[in-house]
Amino acid sequence: MTQATRIASLYLPTFAIERWAAERLRMGDPVAEEIPTALALDAAHGPVIHDLNRAARLAGVRRGAQVVDMRAICAALTTHPAQPGGDAAALSRLMLWARRWGPHSVVDGADGLLIDTTGVAHLFGGEAGMLADMQAGFARAGLTVRVALAPTPGAAWGLARFGGERAIATCAQDLHPLPVAALRLSRDTLVLLRRLGLRRIGDLAAIPRLPLMRRFARAAPWDNPLIRLDQATGGLAEPLNAPDPPPAYLAEARLAEPVMDPAPHLPALISDLAGQMADQGTGCRRLCLSVFRVDGDCRGVRVATAAPTRDPDHLLRLFQGRLEGLDPGFGFDLIRLSAEATEPLAQAQVSLAGGVDEGLHLSQLVDRLTARFGAGCVTRPAPRESHVPERAVHPGDPMVPPQMPAPNPDRPIRLFHPPEEVRVIYAVPDGPPAQFIWRRQTISTARQTGPERIAPEWWHDSPGTRLRDYYRIEDHAGRRLWIYREGLGGDGRGPPPRWFVHGVFD
Amino acid sequence: MNGIAAGCDLLAVGLTRPADVLTAMEEGLGCPALGGVVGEIWGAPAALDFTATRRLAMRAEAAGRPCWLIRRGAVPDASAARLRWRISTLPSNRNADDPGAPGDPVWRAELFRSRLGPPGDWLVRHDRTANRLEFRDAGPVAALLRAGAS
Repeated sequence: MTQATRIASLYLPTFAIERWAAERLRMGDPVAEEIPTALALDAAHGPVIHDLNRAARLAGVRRGAQVVDMRAICAALTTHPAQPGGDAAALSRLMLWARRWGPHSVVDGADGLLIDTTGVAHLFGGEAGMLADMQAGFARAGLTVRVALAPTPGAAWGLARFGGERAIATCAQDLHPLPVAALRLSRDTLVLLRRLGLRRIGDLAAIPRLPLMRRFARAAPWDNPLIRLDQATGGLAEPLNAPDPPPAYLAEARLAEPVMDPAPHLPALISDLAGQMADQGTGCRRLCLSVFRVDGDCRGVRVATAAPTRDPDHLLRLFQGRLEGLDPGFGFDLIRLSAEATEPLAQAQVSLAGGVDEGLHLSQLVDRLTARFGAGCVTRPAPRESHVPERAVHPGDPMVPPQMPAPNPDRPIRLFHPPEEVRVIYAVPDGPPAQFIWRRQTISTARQTGPERIAPEWWHDSPGTRLRDYYRIEDHAGRRLWIYREGLGGDGRGPPPRWFVHGVFD
Repeated sequence: MNGIAAGCDLLAVGLTRPADVLTAMEEGLGCPALGGVVGEIWGAPAALDFTATRRLAMRAEAAGRPCWLIRRGAVPDASAARLRWRISTLPSNRNADDPGAPGDPVWRAELFRSRLGPPGDWLVRHDRTANRLEFRDAGPVAALLRAGAS
């Protein structure tokens, strides 16, 4: 089932001044809240107000105005230089931190975040509870935030800035009372819309589209009211392109000349990365080797390990035979090795005899086999509670030792998957098998025992599944087979029953 | 998996190409965490030549770890295996409880080439109640079987 998309928009109206105040507090030089304070940014005609605190706002200072003009209004105004670069970096860190409310989040402008919270809200006690949790989380970090939840990023953006406190929209009609400024339009377009008499989104949605389309035919797509309206109502898709968090450990080799083969540089990169991880006491679970080609393309090889490791020799062996699949194009001049997933790994004590732990050897073997033959080929069969023979064993995690049951002599050593169908001569309706042809050999039963009836598992199987009657049979040459009849004649579940060979005993 | 005794567990590697099976077996023989390696190859593929079996045998001896290669649907050809067995089924013993049912399974195990001792021929019975194998010299029975075959 696909769930309706739910996007949360977080608007941080005073992010710059709050970050600046928190930094001053951390430096041991706090600023009193009563002093009108503003951050100023240099512009063409002198500094302008970038952000301001509450005292300054109450004194009549406006954002975007010239600092000298505002000094005339409020003589006590103190200004400090703004740091837009630092703000942007802090906001992108905040974006990664905000992934506690959803797996995908992006920075939205200089003062907002968007989080895709589809299917997440129930973890926080509903949508209203989640929005309250967001506000509480940011308040603990000392940040004021306005939050809103809507089906599209555009609608959430508008609601967070122009809607009520913790607004939640479920359909396009919820946006109609908002002013047209909630559509992310430029100042010129807003003036034009006001002159046309379109003040609310509802006004814009109510009038025919054709004249509007003609009127704004030359507008840029991001400044076209119709396109913005469609994005807000969901008529035009606007996916979130969530960036990956940066890798914690990174080793790079910048080459003077493009090369075709990364293998000679790999040992140095791996030992560099292993050294970084050893300093921090971590080991990697997933490594990515990326090569940046001269034609602007980027290719990568990923290897994974079953247990955290930072053993350079082992990591190097995992890349053996994998680098041939890397398409170098016309060569590449930057090789980057990054640890994508890391886990804590303490220094291992080598025993006095010089031996190493058995589990380490096993995980290294699993890594080598997985790197060579693909993920999922190495398994550790583990028992499962089921009477149906093919479900009684499942391929488990290779690093988890299973609890093996005692062997059962009534079960074959080898099971066929899927069971092989045979045509059997038997006494209708429920006699034992007398003769059948299996793998082009005619097998006539010398001795048999059964039936052992195994009923379908109604909680797993589809309603029409038939029961199975299993026989252990042996022919004159001593071949021992496990054969079953699916269903009973006249059980009302379809055609006459079919027979299958399900396993051999030796 | 039913043949595995309680307390033992195994690492399964599902592969389709014979060359991959041999590579995985060699990797497994080099790992001190494993107690032994069992491989199974159907038929007589080109990858399983004398050199491949010799590599396996020498690796197993160097590591001091048993290695079994099960071959089904194959004829005995050149192999460097130290012990070579041929296993065939025989009709099972009489079931004391039900004469119509199969009893303890019986096999004929023929050690037809051995570097470690004299070759031999055994009748192997699986004691289902005690879950153990019982070996009995099959000299006279084998002569009987040969006479019956000729």
